[in-house]
Amino acid sequence: MDLLLWGVLPYVSIALLIAGTFWRARYDRFGWTTHSSQVHESRLLRIGSPLFHFGMLFVVLGHVVGLVIPQSWTDAVGVSDHTYHLLAVSTGAVAGVAAAAGIGILVFRRFKVPAVRRATLRSDHLMYTFLLGAMVLGLTATMLNSTGATGDYNYREGISIWFRSLFTFQPDYHLMGAAPLAFQLHILFGFTLFALIPYSRLVHMFSAPVQYLFRPYVVYRRRDPKLTANREDRRGWERVR
Amino acid sequence: MRVMAQIAMVMNLDKCIGCHTCSVTCKQAWTNRQGTEYVWFNNVETLPGQGYPRRWEDQEKWKGGWERTRSGKLRLRAGGRLKRLGQVFANPELPEIDDYYQPWTYEYKNLIDAPAGDDLPVARPVSSLTGEPVDKIEWGPNWDDNLGGAPENAPLDPIVEKIRDEVGEKIRFEFEQSFMFYLPRVCEHCLNPACVSSCPSGAMYKREEDGVVLVDQDRCRGWRMCVTGCPYKKVYFNHATGKAEKCTFCFPRIEVGLPTVCAETCVGRMRYLGVMLYDADKVAEAAAVEDEHDLYPSQLECFLDPNDPAVVAAARASGITHDWIEAARRSPVYDLIATYQVALPLHPEYRTMPMVWYVPPLSPVVEAVAASGHDGEDAGNLFGAIDALRIPVEYLAELLTAGDPYPVEAVLRRMAAMRAYMRRVNLGEEREESIASAVGLTGAEMEDLFRLLAIAKYEDRYVVPSAARADAEALAGSHPLDEACPVGEAGPVGPSTEVAPGRVLLNLSPTRRSA
Ligand code: HEM
Ligand code: SF4
Ligand code: SF4
Repeated sequence: MDLLLWGVLPYVSIALLIAGTFWRARYDRFGWTTHSSQVHESRLLRIGSPLFHFGMLFVVLGHVVGLVIPQSWTDAVGVSDHTYHLLAVSTGAVAGVAAAAGIGILVFRRFKVPAVRRATLRSDHLMYTFLLGAMVLGLTATMLNSTGATGDYNYREGISIWFRSLFTFQPDYHLMGAAPLAFQLHILFGFTLFALIPYSRLVHMFSAPVQYLFRPYVVYRRRDPKLTANREDRRGWERVR
Repeated sequence: MRVMAQIAMVMNLDKCIGCHTCSVTCKQAWTNRQGTEYVWFNNVETLPGQGYPRRWEDQEKWKGGWERTRSGKLRLRAGGRLKRLGQVFANPELPEIDDYYQPWTYEYKNLIDAPAGDDLPVARPVSSLTGEPVDKIEWGPNWDDNLGGAPENAPLDPIVEKIRDEVGEKIRFEFEQSFMFYLPRVCEHCLNPACVSSCPSGAMYKREEDGVVLVDQDRCRGWRMCVTGCPYKKVYFNHATGKAEKCTFCFPRIEVGLPTVCAETCVGRMRYLGVMLYDADKVAEAAAVEDEHDLYPSQLECFLDPNDPAVVAAARASGITHDWIEAARRSPVYDLIATYQVALPLHPEYRTMPMVWYVPPLSPVVEAVAASGHDGEDAGNLFGAIDALRIPVEYLAELLTAGDPYPVEAVLRRMAAMRAYMRRVNLGEEREESIASAVGLTGAEMEDLFRLLAIAKYEDRYVVPSAARADAEALAGSHPLDEACPVGEAGPVGPSTEVAPGRVLLNLSPTRRSA
């Protein structure tokens, strides 16, 4: 069971993520969008969306730091366990609470504004379930852990090592099996969410438009010769010779 | 000199009858889909009025177009690139659906399905966005058509607000008596498009061949910054697909030498389409001149004379084909903009270098003269009235020349002179060359302008070269109807007059001058 959950499932989820992204890029670029609903409602979105997104960006950053940087490195530069956790929990709490408040507003808006409710996609329901679930479980796990309710569990000696072992394709699944339940659930929701990214509006996160900063203002393009009348005949549609 | 070609449009506002045929045919062709209920690539506004979306001209609020920084550079009015990326999560200057209108339909089914009874069944209005009944429809497309509700709505016109400070309450009195005209609007296919410049994905682009500005639907990611960027509010957000859409200048038609749908179906025959050649190297500088009053002349200076051999050589060197250069020579748009200088750009102060220009309406002036019991066709009376009627002139100047009344006056004088000159001709009186020379033209030029503006034959109004003759021929060759095309058999219809029956030629540009 541990092997299935912590040794196989992560790979399935990442495989779905990669395959889905490839499918979107290859066959459904038209569906690759934020599906902005701001024309329907602006007031709540203008509070909720920046709160959620900026919070989320720091949360993501925090995860990367917490999971990817080994404890020995921070120890080596002289950051004690105590200072590390103080920093992690304080910045994490601010970011987490901002993201949670933001998503709260966004979900409230989804349900309460009739035009937005009607514009909600089927994939949104699934996506929101797992996004909300992952966020609530993540916050719960952190809260339980920092109040000592999980008996002084140090995720940097458990989950982080398991997470890094995924990259070497020798997952240390026993480590995850021993983690507290809240963390386990958080990670299950998280990996399901990863799998959902390319199939929902979340794909937009892969097209963060940083190139805007570097390109000339006006873009010129020539007509695509493949679309004009003198293109090659398509297979099966060749003219009579 | 880097020569580029652009398909441009001119609209003669005197001849718009406000019938909205253009809007309807455009909508039928392009935006009759889910998600584009409120989208009008072409719309016709009554002025003075608020326009569509409401008060779109108020750039203090919507932050469209460009502004000139103190160092003389251009920057998007909504802010620099970093700032805009920071605002991508929620765009603070995005019009909401209520700034357009809540699209609705009616429960028609109820009319048929209602059980027999004493009461007549009714079809209640239902919002297309929420699916819920609407109690009271409070705004719609052209709600203030023909000055409907003008006492309430017209004072909210941003131009009226602006010039009211100068002329006081007088404006109210005068426009209610004599002053109303229509302004049909499509995308301006600008030379310096702010929409393209504000697209974070780089999905929007200007086509090199004909200047048409398009949104690549496969690259748009729905950041909806272009909607703010366009000062004319001519990019719309399709709320169903999550992508931006805009007027395409009917490029599939333009490519085969046909006019746009709005132009083709214009009942007033007031639209003109043709090629403009311009110097792409000059555009950035011309858009950044310091004084807003200089924007109209500076854009005029970007345009190149297609009869100048040096221009033709440079155009050839830039890869512009013979067909296109020929079309540029016969361009009615070039004549109206540059030769006779009777067309003016819409809101040049937005600094996007728009390419749909307008011949300002003389009718408010003519009507005022006629209403006062004088001869509305007399050159002297008209000239006097143009000088005396400050309000239409100032209003038109805010609309077309960033507030500079002189170019507007000059255009109105030229139009008035043409009117007076041609009346004598039509009455069989002697040609009065002095009327023409008073506005710097010759009698022959007056007649040419008259032919272009008043007679306005189909082939004079639209001179559209096919994207590449080869393209068009290949299309005609592969046309499934080919020999049996019903249009061909109808004989001398529209532009295909000189074509043998049974055959449709897709390059539709017989010469005006050679005709
Ligand atoms: C990487 C940079 C990102 C950018 C530039 C971005 C931008 C946007 C934009 C423009 C919208 C549309 C808002 C609207 O007008 O309705 C949006 C919606 C949304 N984004 Fe992002 N996003 C990013 C990353 C993320 C990430 C990492 C997540 C989640 C893990 C996320 C989750 C969402 C969700 C859930 C919505 C829907 C909000 C609603 O209910 O309307 N985004 N995003
Ligand atoms: S008028 Fe057209 S080309 Fe100009 S900024 Fe607006 S959408 Fe772009
Ligand atoms: S079809 Fe022509 S005359 Fe009618 S509203 Fe449109 S532009 Fe004006």
